[in-house]
Amino acid sequence: MSLTLEREAAPAHRPPPPPIRARWSRWDIRVSPYLYIAPFFVIFAAFGAYPLGYTLWVSLHDWDLLADEHPFVGLANYRALVADADFWNSVVNTLGIFVIATVPQLLLALWLANLLNRRMRGRTLFRMGVLIPNITSTAAVAIIFGQLFARDFGLVNWLLGLVGVDGFDWRVSRIGSWIAIATMVDWRWTGYNALIYLAAMQAIPRDLYESAAIDGASQARQFWGITVPLLRPTIVFTVIISTIGGLQLFTEPLLFHSGTNPIRGGPLRESQTMTMYMFENAFQPNFNFGYGAAVAWMLFLFIIVASIVNVSFIRRVGRQR
Amino acid sequence: MGITARRRRLAAVALAAVAVLVGASACGDDKTANANGNITLTVDTFGQFGYTELYRQYMDSHPNIRIIERGTGSNLDEYSPKLTQWLATGKGAGDIVSIEEGLLVEYKANPNNFVNLLDYGAGDLKNNFMSWKWNQGLTADGKKLIGLGTDVGGMAMCYRRDLFAKAGLPTDRAEVSALWKTWDDYIAIGERFKAANTGASFLDGAPNMFNTILLQAAGNGSGYHYYDLDNKLVVDSNPAVKQAWDTAMKIIAAGITGKFPQWSTEWVTAFQKGSFATIACPAWMTGVISGNAGKDASGQWDIASVPGNGGNWGGSFLAVPTQSKHPREAYELAKFLTSPQGQIGAFKDKGPLPSSPQALDDTAIKDATNAYFNNAPVGQIFGAGAKSLKPVYMGPRNQAVRTEVENAVRTVELGQRTPDQGWQEAVANAKKAAAK
Repeated sequence: MSLTLEREAAPAHRPPPPPIRARWSRWDIRVSPYLYIAPFFVIFAAFGAYPLGYTLWVSLHDWDLLADEHPFVGLANYRALVADADFWNSVVNTLGIFVIATVPQLLLALWLANLLNRRMRGRTLFRMGVLIPNITSTAAVAIIFGQLFARDFGLVNWLLGLVGVDGFDWRVSRIGSWIAIATMVDWRWTGYNALIYLAAMQAIPRDLYESAAIDGASQARQFWGITVPLLRPTIVFTVIISTIGGLQLFTEPLLFHSGTNPIRGGPLRESQTMTMYMFENAFQPNFNFGYGAAVAWMLFLFIIVASIVNVSFIRRVGRQR
Repeated sequence: MGITARRRRLAAVALAAVAVLVGASACGDDKTANANGNITLTVDTFGQFGYTELYRQYMDSHPNIRIIERGTGSNLDEYSPKLTQWLATGKGAGDIVSIEEGLLVEYKANPNNFVNLLDYGAGDLKNNFMSWKWNQGLTADGKKLIGLGTDVGGMAMCYRRDLFAKAGLPTDRAEVSALWKTWDDYIAIGERFKAANTGASFLDGAPNMFNTILLQAAGNGSGYHYYDLDNKLVVDSNPAVKQAWDTAMKIIAAGITGKFPQWSTEWVTAFQKGSFATIACPAWMTGVISGNAGKDASGQWDIASVPGNGGNWGGSFLAVPTQSKHPREAYELAKFLTSPQGQIGAFKDKGPLPSSPQALDDTAIKDATNAYFNNAPVGQIFGAGAKSLKPVYMGPRNQAVRTEVENAVRTVELGQRTPDQGWQEAVANAKKAAAK
């Protein structure tokens, strides 16, 4: 209070401020907030909005990447895309890998967070430990897992060999490659989500658990009755983030298929995701930038739809409990 | 000091900072030529061009030039999209870029991306190259020269001596060459090899062998494969394509391929473990083999002649993008690297076969042996047929079409498709790719 008083009192000892200074400060108060948030919006405009709009523009053209002229073709790229079986195949693959990666991943993360939330020795060590897979480079993860799932010299097939399954070719089996890729995704992101859940769990007041315990609720009942409902906003957040990440899946499946034309995701496009299909068309070997841009926009729309579906689904599930 | 003054000073500082930044970025554009007139030239490659020693020579004789090579050892599938992006955005490409023969047609379709080397006097170099190699570098109207030829892919068959011995087959390269006059012989030997149960497969995979057979059939026949000389897609009507397809199907049916996906990490591991006994071997493949199989396999590999008759697979060009800041210096370096002496130097280093007749006649090539391949006389093996090589014409969407057809071979090899289904998909997907 005294500080305010002093501040208010201070001008009285000085000559009245010149009019220019008053204008400055009014301008300051009105404009400064916008300036402070401007960096985000400027960067977003340059690296988010502009590419988005430009991609839309490109997708309406017959845009050979190297050609000098790009004739306008309207919605022709989109019309072709809707009738393109390879595109829908990539959609199915993306969604399939997304589901078999995300569902176990978030459940596992929840379970891990619950474990890490208990009192135990070396708690910080374990909490930091779960994040280590996340800070290793995707490329390194993909290369290692690619070797684990190799047909002839892979560790996974060696283990399968012990129970009598021989020479399973993960890369050319649709479900096999989905599982292998989902494993890589989960390896990287389970710990990250677990930490987010853990942070949210620690914000839950202890006395809720205490009173529940007094009422005779078991650990499991406390978990489902208190922890999960109170984590709902956090779960929504992780689901949306996983959806966006999952639908944009690229590096893992690409590096999983090394060799000739890996962008195809297997000889019959067994695990070609939408981003890979976009790349295949926009760049090697098709160099059809317009068509690739159309794929990119479809992907953008899919992500919006999937996020909305996700949120409403999670909300409804939450309400029923 | 009043707030206004402070603000003014801040503004001045900010302005100065901006000016410095602008100045710095302006300098950044020209950092390749510093105050002493020194120039840095960047060369973008894939695989192994074998230029290290040549750069050193060139830098010794041109003290103001510094050369950086990027992309050494990378896969063509990684390199080519990057090159396309550099060209499309007008930024990022080196002063010299290498272009593989199968992709050259696509880049040539937009010649404005490249310096016309004829403007720099490249016309005088014509006799340094086999005429077809020279012509490939020209645009369709013959008015612009996009690329200077580096190597050609004269064909042979590489094989592992230890595995052949284990299977009770001859190991001497002349005897091995005599085993397979035709592709049917090759398959028969493969079946004998398979019966011996060495634990290894006879060849690495079907798609590369299919490509070898196709290029041979096309070179000996019409001179084109997927596209005819009028750029019409003839994948389903060209007998050479079907003939090569049927031979590849016989190889698959014999069960002698290892089904290794070529250029993959598993393929590299298979080299290291000695998991297959033969591989189609254009001259540049020798560098790939020694690189993948490593020192331990030195002396185990050897080189025999290819079944059928000759053939050419691959070979590259050096081009100067229009975006280069130093096109004249870049041209001079490209001229040096593709000169007969440059091609000999590259051959000695990593084995790409010269496209220059003078280089092929040089004793340095004729007498060349390769210690890694049991001292095989590589100069004779690859050089002998090189000058009579018949080129195969590559159409506008060659790479995309080739990808589809070879992929169809692979689906049959893996048992995902029957040969008939595979052929139908090959044709259908090739047409789709050509139309994209």
